[in-house]
Amino acid sequence: MTLKEWSVRTARLMVGIPDYQTYVEHRRQTHPDEPIMTYEEFFVERQNARYAVGKGRFRGCC
Amino acid sequence: MSSLAIKGNGLQSKLLWAAVVALGALSFGIVALSRGENVNAAWLVVAAVCIYFIAYRFYALFIAEKVLGVDPTRQTPAYQHNDGLDYVPTNRYVLFGHHFAAIAGAGPLVGPVLAAQMGYLPGTLWILAGVVFAGAVQDLTVLFLSTRRDGRSLGDMVRSEMGPVAGGIALIGVLLIMVILLAVLALVVVKALVGSPWGTFTVFCTIPIAMLMGVYARFIRIGRIAEMSVIGVVLLLASLIYGRTVAENPAIATWFDLHGETLALIIIGYGFVASVLPVWLLLAPRDYLSTFLKVGTMALLAVGIILVQPELKMPAVTKFIDGTGPVWSGSLFPFLFITIACGSVSGFHALIASGTTPKMVENESQLRFIGYGAMLTESFVAIMAMIGATVLEPGIYFAINSPSGVIGTTAVQAAQVISGWGFTVTPDMISQIAQDVGEKTLLSRTGGAPTLAVGMAHILSGMFGGRVLMGLWYHFAILFEALFILTTVDAGTRVARFMIQDMIGSVVPSFRKTESWGNNLVGSALAVGAWGYFLYQGVIDPMGGINTLWPLFGISNQMLAGIALILCTVVLFKMKRQRYAWVTIVPTLWLLVCTLTAGLQKIFSAEPAIGFVAHARVFGDAAAAGKILAPAKTIEEMHRVIVNDYVDATLSALFVAVVLAMIVYGVIAIRRALGDPKITAIEIGLHANIPGANLA
Repeated sequence: MTLKEWSVRTARLMVGIPDYQTYVEHRRQTHPDEPIMTYEEFFVERQNARYAVGKGRFRGCC
Repeated sequence: MSSLAIKGNGLQSKLLWAAVVALGALSFGIVALSRGENVNAAWLVVAAVCIYFIAYRFYALFIAEKVLGVDPTRQTPAYQHNDGLDYVPTNRYVLFGHHFAAIAGAGPLVGPVLAAQMGYLPGTLWILAGVVFAGAVQDLTVLFLSTRRDGRSLGDMVRSEMGPVAGGIALIGVLLIMVILLAVLALVVVKALVGSPWGTFTVFCTIPIAMLMGVYARFIRIGRIAEMSVIGVVLLLASLIYGRTVAENPAIATWFDLHGETLALIIIGYGFVASVLPVWLLLAPRDYLSTFLKVGTMALLAVGIILVQPELKMPAVTKFIDGTGPVWSGSLFPFLFITIACGSVSGFHALIASGTTPKMVENESQLRFIGYGAMLTESFVAIMAMIGATVLEPGIYFAINSPSGVIGTTAVQAAQVISGWGFTVTPDMISQIAQDVGEKTLLSRTGGAPTLAVGMAHILSGMFGGRVLMGLWYHFAILFEALFILTTVDAGTRVARFMIQDMIGSVVPSFRKTESWGNNLVGSALAVGAWGYFLYQGVIDPMGGINTLWPLFGISNQMLAGIALILCTVVLFKMKRQRYAWVTIVPTLWLLVCTLTAGLQKIFSAEPAIGFVAHARVFGDAAAAGKILAPAKTIEEMHRVIVNDYVDATLSALFVAVVLAMIVYGVIAIRRALGDPKITAIEIGLHANIPGANLA
């Protein structure tokens, strides 16, 4: 992983968006028949999940 | 960090580590033993970093390999449940950044600033010893436990390992800490913005800016985080610069020149509205901004300290170790260990280490780097905050941090009182520093944020911009702290709302439905009301509020750390690793002694400045005699002060009760584990799919 890739991935994961390419590859390999979310759908899904109340997602307090 | 942690086999690496030890010992000696002369902050940085490396290379390795027995051949939940979303095997450096951003917040920035009233040394010693032997141990162990349990939360793990009652008690503890945490953080923002049009305007601007970003990333250019963040940062800096114009124009400035009470009500109302709005509109975009700004500013501050190498003006130890200090009341033991919670050991991290991070760990061998390493980094942030507070002239530090009830409300009075303590300061110095940073006054700006902002302005303007830009740096620092505190207030209110709904829901099941608008409104109102009560009480307190609330917050946070470490100890016994259980028992005992002593002193101390009951009695006697004591202006307000005191005393008693109950359940669980010849720890995914995996 280059420094640039690392920075981009880290910055995105810091705000709760994991790597999209990894997701796509995972779906292709393990669920080849099922639909794969577009990046836009993926973003919205992840954004909602990050703040889903009640999943024990505590962050950034101390 | 890990790339430097070379395996200590060769002669070369032995020599390297010997050099690190020698350098650490030298700088530590300079920091600890110097008297009378100002010490350069660089020595403090070098001493801290050497200690971190040594602790990481030796102690953390011992914990990971011997105490916990991490198993590099064991499959982690990230692989087992890989879904590309929550469970994703993630590069350890990327995950380190994620985990650090999740644990870092306002706590390590505020605690050390308040602790600086005792000099830089006591706080520094506790930050370093605390992180090595307690904080990082807790973070690493909880992360390990959760990784072996599919990323289960702390509450779930307490329930499954120690029983449902212990689990319920732990959840009450978590709710209490949320309420106090939100109140005290909101109070820090109020204290920083009172009578500061520049700061208030800039912080208000973050709301429309965040909404604009939210709409952009959800509808205009979906998911383009970099674009929206650049737009947000540019607008934010523009509002920061324009803030000076606002402050200098009296007609507009009056709109943003607010009293503490008004600001408190605005934040309470804001907290309510923000927690029912859709997340993409306000919470998410502001979270992105505050995360990037937080990490960026911390890095900038580290660079600033290394380049500028400021001198520490504060003595190593001040006379206030006897407990008579103006910033917070109470003697060094136990209150120093309560005041600096985050940065040494923070129970809150146990919630995060059992949250999203364990679902992404690639290999158990990386737990040390992520769990222990990220906490060391957080501790370094606390060291930087300590430096930020102690590079100021001590007289200035006390002018900013002492309540108006102690030093009065004019620069002349304040200079007289503070000089009387032995910290020479003139009224001119006090007014000059306020003028430099573009504020009318900095007197009694308690809560740590303004002090740190002045310290940061001092350091960063030394690197870039000089005195001309000091005002900008100061308000930038205020903005940066307020931004992520408000994000915490918003996110925390949601969590508190959910917990309240869950608790009431166990009695009234229909209340559990989180999709219902009615439930959300009621739940939010209850959550906001709970922390809003303590916030408002803190704002009207003539001792500055922080004086009362910060110890309560510290106690609750350390209490949670105590619960987490009790769990860790219990599980070590259940894993039949009790030979090494001293690693968690020692910090557990220390935290329990500190929280119990502090909690009991807050209730029963005969000193009205420390004990709530004694304080209530002073007011009760005065009210009975028909006298009115400040801050009360009427007899009704006198009674309100008394009620507040009893509420605070009850809260302290609850903390003590939670701690005692957890000790009892911990001892029961340990005895049961000892009586059973088998391993009784309830791990998930014991059967590794990797051939030849060790099932220990």
